[in-house]
Amino acid sequence: MRAIGIILAGGNSKKMRELTHKRAVAAMPVAGSYRCIDFALSNMSNSHVQKVAVLTQYNSRSLHEHLNSSKWWDFGRKQGGLFVFTPTITAENSDWYRGTADAIYQNLDFLRRSHEPYVIITSGDAVYKLDYNKVLEYHIAKKADITVVCKDLEPGEDASRFGTIKMDETMRIDQFEEKPIVAKSNTISTGIYVIRRRLLMELIESCAEDGRHDFVNDILIRYKNQKRIYGYKMKDYWSNIATVDAYYKTNMDFLKADVRHYFFKQHPDIYSKVNDLPPAKYNPGAVVKNSLVSSGCIINGTVENSIIFSKSFIGNNCVIKNSIILNDVYLGDNAYIENCIVESRDTIRANARHVGENGVKVVVEKNERYSL
Amino acid sequence: MIKKEMIAMLLAGGQGSRLGVLTAKVAKPAVAFGGKYRIIDFPLSNCINSGIDTVGVLTQYQPLRLNTHIGIGIPWDLDRNIGGVTILPPYEKSANSEWYTGTANAIYQNLNYMETFNPDYVLILSGDHIYKMDYEVMLDYHKEHNADITIAAMPVPIEEASRFGVVVTDSEGRITEFEEKPPKPKSNLASMGIYIFSWPVLKEALVKLSEQPSCDFGKHIIPYCHEKGSRIFAYEYTGYWKDVGTLSSYWEANMELIDIIPEFNLYEEFWKIYTNSDIIPPQYISDNSVIEKSIIGEGSEIYGEIHSSVIGSGVTVGKGTVIKDSIIMKDVHIGENCVIDKSIIAEGVEIKDSVTLGIGGEVPNKTKPNIYSGGLVTIGENSVIPEGVQVGKNTAISGVTVKEDYPEGVLESGETLIKAGERA
Repeated sequence: MRAIGIILAGGNSKKMRELTHKRAVAAMPVAGSYRCIDFALSNMSNSHVQKVAVLTQYNSRSLHEHLNSSKWWDFGRKQGGLFVFTPTITAENSDWYRGTADAIYQNLDFLRRSHEPYVIITSGDAVYKLDYNKVLEYHIAKKADITVVCKDLEPGEDASRFGTIKMDETMRIDQFEEKPIVAKSNTISTGIYVIRRRLLMELIESCAEDGRHDFVNDILIRYKNQKRIYGYKMKDYWSNIATVDAYYKTNMDFLKADVRHYFFKQHPDIYSKVNDLPPAKYNPGAVVKNSLVSSGCIINGTVENSIIFSKSFIGNNCVIKNSIILNDVYLGDNAYIENCIVESRDTIRANARHVGENGVKVVVEKNERYSL
Repeated sequence: MIKKEMIAMLLAGGQGSRLGVLTAKVAKPAVAFGGKYRIIDFPLSNCINSGIDTVGVLTQYQPLRLNTHIGIGIPWDLDRNIGGVTILPPYEKSANSEWYTGTANAIYQNLNYMETFNPDYVLILSGDHIYKMDYEVMLDYHKEHNADITIAAMPVPIEEASRFGVVVTDSEGRITEFEEKPPKPKSNLASMGIYIFSWPVLKEALVKLSEQPSCDFGKHIIPYCHEKGSRIFAYEYTGYWKDVGTLSSYWEANMELIDIIPEFNLYEEFWKIYTNSDIIPPQYISDNSVIEKSIIGEGSEIYGEIHSSVIGSGVTVGKGTVIKDSIIMKDVHIGENCVIDKSIIAEGVEIKDSVTLGIGGEVPNKTKPNIYSGGLVTIGENSVIPEGVQVGKNTAISGVTVKEDYPEGVLESGETLIKAGERA
């Protein structure tokens, strides 16, 4: 492969509410068995990108734990491999990453010491499958300076939390607005970029000299007219999870056969850290309808239209509807959960009742658990 | 100098012919078990959980599946700089070349491997039992008794003892007598085929008996050492241990996993069982499904009904299909409106719509009544069962079968259907 990869995974999102109190967005569990960053990492690996840097900052403990071995994504290599960069204090610099461009600037040596001509930049908080080679070929064919992978939102979807794009007939981007109050276009940037390595270094360095730190505002939008910036339209599934509602919807999308088959059955696979759990177990009394269940679960109650992440215990006569139960949750007998996201490692007492009345409710209960 | 206190030698070369079509193309240790595991995962996991990081796996019969499953040992943390897991197949030598002719002969042919690690003790295991055991505790027992050989033994009901190799011990635990499948057993302690040898004792015996044809631990090495006066002790083990050598016992051991609190509990945090799992997505249970008292592996898609069964990873079960008391292994596709009763279906099998398995009366199998018994339907891996056929009890099927293979659409109880080119 002629490119190296950078995955921006340092971000926080207030719109994730309590869910990011204990982890970065990129470390959010997704689709029963994965974490969000698995999608970007697997795409890199499946596109034969051999050298990938993950830039982390906000609440990175569980993300680092997930990345503690690179072998699951096939990055345990002598040549290249997985690099995790967290801000550090150096002789010249004691700042946190002040923005996406600054994060790359602080790790400019990674770019400087590589020899691959191109860089693929992506974020760790989207669920998608993409062969970056296709984008790179497009980038070369268009003689572009920067290629931005973009996606048309469905009518009615809110574009205002994304960067919106307008392109001319040659697909060159002539309008780019970051998080517009009123979106003028339903074509949004997915935060996936292809750029020549030397050009990226040049732009990042000149940004830093001016005290600018943001890749979108200070590079894409600022250089929009000077540089040839093209859009690559992505047609397949892509979903950003960085709000509670988007996170809920993205997970629930996996209950649809087409989405599930696209990610789970169609080549190539998405990889994740293997956690060696036994198969899911259904005891007498279990009633499961239209749901995803992960390994290590023990189910004694009713589960409908829900996603049960790994190692959860569902007690007798429990009822779970339209909900997401994250990893290692213990639900006591007779609990009733509807329209909720139950935080991982929670212990829900017997007879508890949680219902998301107006939208999805995030349940965080830190009850003590007695285990043998 | 490399030095390991104890290394393990895992005998995984046997065919396990009593498993019939299940082992036609794979060695018994590579047969799937308990939804996502293979039988060899249990001794391998026991090794790493007991702190043994050097394991030689001796393969001979149909080793491909075993080799790809074990790889460099990553799932068991046996990818080590020094030691780790090593596959040891029979090899050509300058003077003579021979297959592994017996359990001890196989170990003898790998003396060099063992010597590389300068072990004090060698643990001999076989790859065909389901159990969790801390070999380190057994080693402590071995040292404590200043033993030359320690044999793990399990108390069994005295009426069943005549099926096993039985050991008779004195009050201290030292073995005074061996009886191989005795009609009138003097003791109820059955040997589990797990041995710890002090290295010099093992080496001496192997070299001494190197000319013995089909040299076997139970038949030759242990009797030789016993006669010589070696200190041989029995280590009594009382946990769960199951030999899955026959189709009935294999089926039973799987079914025990679905009890509400199984005797052999895979859900404990302590003493995890590791395996090489290439399928990781969650399983999908549809709107019309009924699932009861079952375990189901990763990535399976269930649209039908499952009762009291063990379902592997990547399995698809179509709408209207009812599965009961069965074992379905990895990547099996089952069509719509099938009825599957008390069947063992091996990996990659395709069952078309409206197939009925396990009907009719109990008629003993005509060709191999001792293998295909217990009323089971057994289907070998990558077989295809055509639409609408009915299959009776105590039957075996292997290969890509078509409608014409089933007279009037029925395979009667007791019949065996092995397509040309397939092995029974």
